[in-house]
Amino acid sequence: MSGLSSYVIPLVIMLIPLVGLVRGVNVYEVFVEGAKHGIKTVVNILPYLIAMLLAVNMFKASGAMDIIVNTLGRFTSVIGFPAQVLPLAILRPLSGGASLGVAVGLMREYGPDSYIGVLTSMIYGSSETTLYVLSVYFGAVGIKRMRYALVAGLVSDVIGILASCLIVRLMFGM
Amino acid sequence: MVNYFWFALIGISTVVGVINGRVDLLNQAIINSAKEAVEIAIGLVGIMSLWLGIMKIAERAGLNKALSRVLSPILRPLFGGLDKNGQAMGAIIMNLSANMLGLGNAATPMGIKAMEELEKQNPNKGTASDAMCMFLVLNTECIQIIPTTMIAVRAAEGSKNPAAIFMPILVSSVLATVISVITTAFIARAYRRYEQ
Repeated sequence: MSGLSSYVIPLVIMLIPLVGLVRGVNVYEVFVEGAKHGIKTVVNILPYLIAMLLAVNMFKASGAMDIIVNTLGRFTSVIGFPAQVLPLAILRPLSGGASLGVAVGLMREYGPDSYIGVLTSMIYGSSETTLYVLSVYFGAVGIKRMRYALVAGLVSDVIGILASCLIVRLMFGM
Repeated sequence: MVNYFWFALIGISTVVGVINGRVDLLNQAIINSAKEAVEIAIGLVGIMSLWLGIMKIAERAGLNKALSRVLSPILRPLFGGLDKNGQAMGAIIMNLSANMLGLGNAATPMGIKAMEELEKQNPNKGTASDAMCMFLVLNTECIQIIPTTMIAVRAAEGSKNPAAIFMPILVSSVLATVISVITTAFIARAYRRYEQ
């Protein structure tokens, strides 16, 4: 699986401009136009990063993280879910920026290719910010009674996390 | 809610840190986090710009439309009550295919359009219809063909193979989406019974 995936980035970077050229897109100019938003995107993320790294780093330095990992870790590790990833799982449906901050922090500490690093990539990469989608989309048309939407959304988030755990365990042969 | 969570982390840390006698470490953590955040951000700028450039080409090349043609036969059965070729169905499909390609900017306006169209067909205005709830669930699961943000972050953090997560993410999000759609159908049925 990992052998094949090293072809992904070069292939995508070759194929998308190729399709663009065939369809008559000025690929170079459009690339530059899109890439201009990179700095803005990262600048937008920065305040979230600072806020979440502050909170998570304090949590670790104080020893509170160790307490959580030692107590809850015994239960969560049964399904292959390290307790260190708990803050990410809680934040993912609430805030995209905040959960990205936590995800980056986890990868920095444990390494992007470790069990925790891969699980983090998967939890972040395979779900959306449920509350954002709910508030923006339902807010746009003035839905006041959500019925079971929130429950269904959060249940789906839990299903997403469980699926990520399952796949990562298979990948690491556990 | 994020407000409480954020403060809980800081509040608990301060109390636990003082009890554990780790005030020095706490000081260090506070000052280093700001510095670390800026370092991470700078590391991300290059690779993030690169992906945004590539995805802009994908957007202009109409990959979004091509993907929506593939998706429509799969998605139609999930929205039983809707006009199969109507505006609502079209906007839903366009929104989901933009999401799958990671085109956030293109996805949001399409999603809002989809909701507006769904509201037009909604007999109880202001109350979420079953189609709206299903649309929301599909959006929160969000199958990503190219998880650009995570590839960028992993590359910036020195991964040996930043794209190694591409297949696993695809497999797990397809699996999770199928299970979630089925679960949502059950929740919908249970909720209708409760409403009567």
